[in-house]
Amino acid sequence: MTHLKNFLRFWYEFIIGDDWVIAAGVVIALMATGLLVQVGVNAWWVMPVAVAALLSVSIWRETPR
Amino acid sequence: MTTAAIILVFAAFLASAVEAVEALTVVLAAGTTRGWRSALTGAGAAILVLAAVIAVLGPSLSLMPIDALRVVVGALLLVFGLQWLRKAILRAGGYKALRDEEALYRADIEKARLAERDICAGMDWYGFTLAFKGVFLEGLEVAFIVLTFGASNGNIPLAALGAGIALLLVVIVGAVVHKPLSRVPENAMKFTVGLMLTTFGVFWSAEGAGITWPGADLAIAAILAFVTLASFALVGTLRRLRELDTVLANGVFIKGE
Repeated sequence: MTHLKNFLRFWYEFIIGDDWVIAAGVVIALMATGLLVQVGVNAWWVMPVAVAALLSVSIWRETPR
Repeated sequence: MTTAAIILVFAAFLASAVEAVEALTVVLAAGTTRGWRSALTGAGAAILVLAAVIAVLGPSLSLMPIDALRVVVGALLLVFGLQWLRKAILRAGGYKALRDEEALYRADIEKARLAERDICAGMDWYGFTLAFKGVFLEGLEVAFIVLTFGASNGNIPLAALGAGIALLLVVIVGAVVHKPLSRVPENAMKFTVGLMLTTFGVFWSAEGAGITWPGADLAIAAILAFVTLASFALVGTLRRLRELDTVLANGVFIKGE
């Protein structure tokens, strides 16, 4: 069980990294892009905006207040 | 060589160079304290495992439908890129300490000296494990970048070549100077890699999700410019916040002024 836990933790830390918000945000932004495409909107602007927003939020979460 | 191929080689080269510099610090510490045979065998074994990962996963990725590949690979590149960029911005803004290879080398040496000798078949297994882990963990991200970046460009061998050249260069320089490469501008390199991974991650993942980029491939330059500007704006904001924090901490700020 410990080995499995360590294995899963390793991959979580490797892929998700220090801030889960980034990974979750990327998935949500991609889903939003896909949904908008489905209803006929060429939503090329979603991902760049999401990147700027995610970087800002993630850095804001890291800085002490 | 096309522009995309040059960018591919350059990104793989930079990512590999940064991680190789970090791995070199660990291998030098293991070699100096526990013996070179164990350290070099550990490092060599890790490189072989990483090469096997690329050789096994590479052909499987190439079999995926292009849109699914671009969404999955683009999302992975984007997550990696944003993590690299986030750290580089925090370091450039003064909110995270810059990596100090000399200090890390001294800490690794101290730890390796205190560890018990574990000699078997003429090898010091602590030294082997230390070097193996250092190279494997630093190299795994490079292997993923080579795989994802290479697969999206349809040229994994070219990405592997870029990474291999960087590794060779760092090994040669490391063998000559025989100390951690503390003068390498690691944060600037990480910043650049972060910008490139994020840019291509945005381009491919959105394309895989079904959008059509205005200007087709020219959009890559526009995305790169946008991500660069956003990142520099964040560095500027962090630096101003840091200055303000210092002023407030020193009590120079007078209420009402």
